[in-house]
Amino acid sequence: MSENKILELKKIATEIRLGALEAVYNAKSGHPGGALSSADILACLYFSELNVNPQNPEDVNRDRFVLSKGHSCPAYYSALALKGFFNRSELKNFRQLGTFLQGHPDMKGVKGVDMSTGSLGQGFSVACGMALAAKLDNKDYRTYALIGDGESQEGQIWEATTFAAHYHLDNLCLIVDNNGLQIDGKVKDVMNIMPYASKFKAFGWNVISIDGHDYEQILGAFDTARKTKGKPTVILATTVKGKGVSFMENQAGWHGKAPNEDQYNLAFSELTMYKNSLGGKN
Amino acid sequence: MADKIATREAYGNAICEFGGVYKDIVVLDADLAEATKTCMFKKKYPERFFDCGIAENNMTCVAAGLATAGKIPFVSTFAMFAAGRSFEQIRNSIGYPHLNVKICATHAGISVGEDGATHQCNEDIALMRTIPGMVVINPSDAVEAKAAVEAVIKYNGPAYLRFGRLPISIINDNPDYKFEIGKAIKMADGIDVTIVANGMMVEEALIAREMLFSEGISAAVINMHTVKPIDTEMLIAEAQQTGAIVTSEEHNVIGGLGSAVAEALSEICPVPVVRHGVNDEFGKSGPAKALLEHYSLNARGICEKVKIALQLKNSR
Repeated sequence: MSENKILELKKIATEIRLGALEAVYNAKSGHPGGALSSADILACLYFSELNVNPQNPEDVNRDRFVLSKGHSCPAYYSALALKGFFNRSELKNFRQLGTFLQGHPDMKGVKGVDMSTGSLGQGFSVACGMALAAKLDNKDYRTYALIGDGESQEGQIWEATTFAAHYHLDNLCLIVDNNGLQIDGKVKDVMNIMPYASKFKAFGWNVISIDGHDYEQILGAFDTARKTKGKPTVILATTVKGKGVSFMENQAGWHGKAPNEDQYNLAFSELTMYKNSLGGKN
Repeated sequence: MADKIATREAYGNAICEFGGVYKDIVVLDADLAEATKTCMFKKKYPERFFDCGIAENNMTCVAAGLATAGKIPFVSTFAMFAAGRSFEQIRNSIGYPHLNVKICATHAGISVGEDGATHQCNEDIALMRTIPGMVVINPSDAVEAKAAVEAVIKYNGPAYLRFGRLPISIINDNPDYKFEIGKAIKMADGIDVTIVANGMMVEEALIAREMLFSEGISAAVINMHTVKPIDTEMLIAEAQQTGAIVTSEEHNVIGGLGSAVAEALSEICPVPVVRHGVNDEFGKSGPAKALLEHYSLNARGICEKVKIALQLKNSR
């Protein structure tokens, strides 16, 4: 894996974070914590792994992505805008009446969004349906779904886990944004769902545990998932909620709260400094 | 009269027949294929049938995913679990994105019989019709059940179809019969009162009409097979013609056909609307026919409501 590629992805992820914060700041609401924890995964998906084309967003052969943890959409929208599905200037209209960037993803309103999500536990099942459709049609596209660790307290997650293994959906890749926090506190205190890996193994899945901010590990996991036949793959990505903004990191309080002006300026300067440290233009 | 057939049986036959024509049809069930009659499709097209096990919420959303890829998923289980347990999955993952999923729920209403209250869903129509863009159909016999299945295949969008367990008479086997989503069918003319029914209550309404005729009361009978979108035009015409409406359904009087009719008329052409159905109570175990008698879900029950409607009309 080239150093240049990783450097490029790091810059993209930082842009995703900046866009996500701009959206939440302007909306004065939204979910920055889980958006920031998933930004590196989204950068790797949209700028390396997924076969998608902003010029042909409905292509029947495209790879599918379902953001089952729909509240992380500030980062998702930011990634889609960077990829060219819509103008980046739309991010500041997030959550405003009369604009298309709804508080949770709306597939009917946003180019590049493959499924409307927001109610936790449902998007993963939808992704199973997409993967099943590919099998039925003998198509090569792959389906990816991103869930949260808190989200996996939903019983439906385990219904889908059973289903995907039963129907041998090896064209499905589930990613868990395992940031350890949810609204009411630490996942392990609110309702412990550990151990993750042995659960998925017991359900018959291929399990890959990674650092969700390490690009070589993320891209490597996608590669292994693609090559794994006969069973679905889950990538358990250990992440930091609020990653990239010092005062938001590992704070449950930043799950669903917008920064004020001072906080936004501080976050903006931190991320911009980091971006500049990566060198190159911009 | 032809042999009695349950609408679930007609549904099972219909998806088999249309499955040969429409190759995008896929069928999902939650361990009830023998009961919902999707087992026939399973046997004929095993590659397009997916048992999802006893996990209705996942099944509902898997159907949504299949629909995004151009499939026409038919999702079947009992009405209690389809509309009840998975309401929010239908609302958010099928209704909101307006996906082309056909929810075909069987074992609706009191006529489920011996299984009792936990399995007798009298709330499904109420739940489904609150979802924006959802088509809601309750067919009155096997002929209509098949026609409704064909109509929703040709319609691109979410639809909820309600089928029953109990074998019922064929009432629509005439050459002029035509099914159109949202277009009610006038079964019989009348001048004093209009009975608006759906599902198995349409036949009872026709029997009630005969009983009322012998008492000198002329009742029109409307088959409102589609509860949503409701045929407002037909309702207004009837309200103007007879000036009194009785609704009849095998469903709670709260939220179903009776409510839909009252809502439509109260805003445009207010006339007395008297609702006949399950009176906001749970069911119980027993043979279906005994239960229908117990809850007055029959022609006699309709006649009683007609008398009330006429009193209201004449006291105005």
